[in-house]
Amino acid sequence: MAGWSRHDGTAVALPRDNIDTDQLIPARFMSASRAEGYGQFLLRDLREGDPDFPLDRFPQASILLAGRNFGCGSSREAAVYALVDAGIRCVIATGFGDIFAANAVNNGLLPARLAETPALMQALAGRTTSASIDLETSQIALNGATLQFDLAPVWRTKLINGWDDIDLTRAHLDDIRTFRDQRHKRHRWSWPASQNPQD
Amino acid sequence: MSLTLLDKLWAAHEVRRNEDGQSLLWVDRHLVHEGSHHAFGKLAARGLPVAQPDLTFGVADHYAPTGNRNRITDPAIAKMLERLDTHAKQHGITLFGLDDPRQGIVHVIGPEQGLTLPGLQINCGDSHTSTHGAFGALAFGIGATEVAHVLATQTVWQTKPRAMRITIDGRLDPMISAKDIALHWIALLGTDGARGHAIEYAGEAVRALSMEGRMTLCNLSIEGGARLGMIAPDEVTYAYIKGRPFAPEGASWDAALMEWALLHSDEAAIFDREVSIDAAEIAPTLTWGTTPEQALPITGTLPDPADLPEGKARAASEALDYMGLHAGQALDGVPVDQVFLGSCTNARIEDLRIAAAVLRGRTARVPGIVSPGSMLIRAQAEREGLDRVFIDAGLDWVASGCSMCVGMNGDLVGAGKRCASSTNRNFRGRQGKGARTHLMSPAMVAAAAVTGTLTDPRPLMKGRL
Repeated sequence: MAGWSRHDGTAVALPRDNIDTDQLIPARFMSASRAEGYGQFLLRDLREGDPDFPLDRFPQASILLAGRNFGCGSSREAAVYALVDAGIRCVIATGFGDIFAANAVNNGLLPARLAETPALMQALAGRTTSASIDLETSQIALNGATLQFDLAPVWRTKLINGWDDIDLTRAHLDDIRTFRDQRHKRHRWSWPASQNPQD
Repeated sequence: MSLTLLDKLWAAHEVRRNEDGQSLLWVDRHLVHEGSHHAFGKLAARGLPVAQPDLTFGVADHYAPTGNRNRITDPAIAKMLERLDTHAKQHGITLFGLDDPRQGIVHVIGPEQGLTLPGLQINCGDSHTSTHGAFGALAFGIGATEVAHVLATQTVWQTKPRAMRITIDGRLDPMISAKDIALHWIALLGTDGARGHAIEYAGEAVRALSMEGRMTLCNLSIEGGARLGMIAPDEVTYAYIKGRPFAPEGASWDAALMEWALLHSDEAAIFDREVSIDAAEIAPTLTWGTTPEQALPITGTLPDPADLPEGKARAASEALDYMGLHAGQALDGVPVDQVFLGSCTNARIEDLRIAAAVLRGRTARVPGIVSPGSMLIRAQAEREGLDRVFIDAGLDWVASGCSMCVGMNGDLVGAGKRCASSTNRNFRGRQGKGARTHLMSPAMVAAAAVTGTLTDPRPLMKGRL
């Protein structure tokens, strides 16, 4: 995954609360291979029959402002794939589903928490604005203002470096083995009993 | 120092902690399903093996057909099931596949097989992994990248959530269930009310719940935004586990009991957040909108968006529109098109028994599906004659899987159709494009079948419990 620290793009508002991951990608598309591109599935049912849907009016948008509790619900990482494959680099909201936010960071998508989101969405209604995101300072400049967004420092570092957890963790393999062996020795009950009624 | 249950479970699994506050946690059980194919793909791309196949278990549930399993006609579904089979074989993972008599929904069969135990950390690429917390386990859902990480290393990086306690004081009326407790608190606090928190459920009403009820309660933690839910283990927990196939035995069981006895929050432990609810205030509750926080007692009437705060008015108005309902309408009496009894939330034997108690000797006015949480539960229900009750009422008695909760296997609710459902999500399109879902307890689902409407199950339960 490529890291990034600055993004200049176009911001658009989707002023709805509780946009859950079932809406971000309906379940029926989830057997598709990632190679097919998941962007085509993004918010499919919500967009259908709505010619004014913000992402259809402004397909160049790469920054999405949305209502509270964005990405709640199912842990499906496919919801993030759909956003990323549709060219979205950052979602701004007052809050995110915990699992969604972790999935986003694991795919280079910034989940930026910003208390001012509702006011910004009101100001943006029906139009776009250019916006700049600086990960180093956790700031977003849009609509003539520069605002500080919330992002856990560990996630900021990860996004900037494009780090992959498996690579990082493999540096701790000895610690993990030691932990495992101790757990197996001292808490033997925590392993599944060996007998298996099917054997 | 006084510790919470969360503190104790976290410390027991922490392999290391970074300066940035992230902990690397050991995973005792990793459960995978058909949807884990992205993660296996990531593993293959790196040429890595599964680190601990002995701690990894596979289940066919999300795409599991509930009808004819010998001939799967949808090639996309067949492919999902085949891939899981291939990955399990390739990595030497025990698989509860379609032809296994133990097959069922991952969050039902983990506990049923004795894989879920107090004091374990359990992860799965599914948000309802919080279910296993009912045993006093640290159990939470993860995304595909994290699933790949667990497969490769048997660990997961996490920042410790804040500790929250929801205490349900007093005694619950026997006609009120764990589902009603969950919908009640989510309506009270909102779908993001517990975001960033690990919930510990406590209080007299929680202690009095069976393991089935505790699993329902913990299962729905995620719908209130919590990272996980849990309940300290007690005699009810031990009695449920003892003798299950993968549970410890003999000296190992005795050692486990010694450790499990310590798995509770210390008396003086401080929680970041405390919420108290009086059990007597909880009525049979159901959702009316498109998010679990849009829930009301069955005796309630639908809100007028004009009376709601600005932030909620538009959502309520859109939800009423989507659901085909109107402001001021009484919930009791709204006609339904079909019912669904199933899912990791409410398809355990106790759920089937209570639904059967309502349905016995009565006829369903609308069609419906009953999909038990596992094939073993299905067999047990048949031994108890519950299948006859459902079939005689006119409902379909089908095989086990996630089924109509998420519709991936083709069990769908049609557009514009209203379904009384024992599941966990009433999101737009969750049960099928345009489907209208009302979440409720198994008793209320059965009552909806009998009357063909949303209705208070209590009159139909009288003298039958």
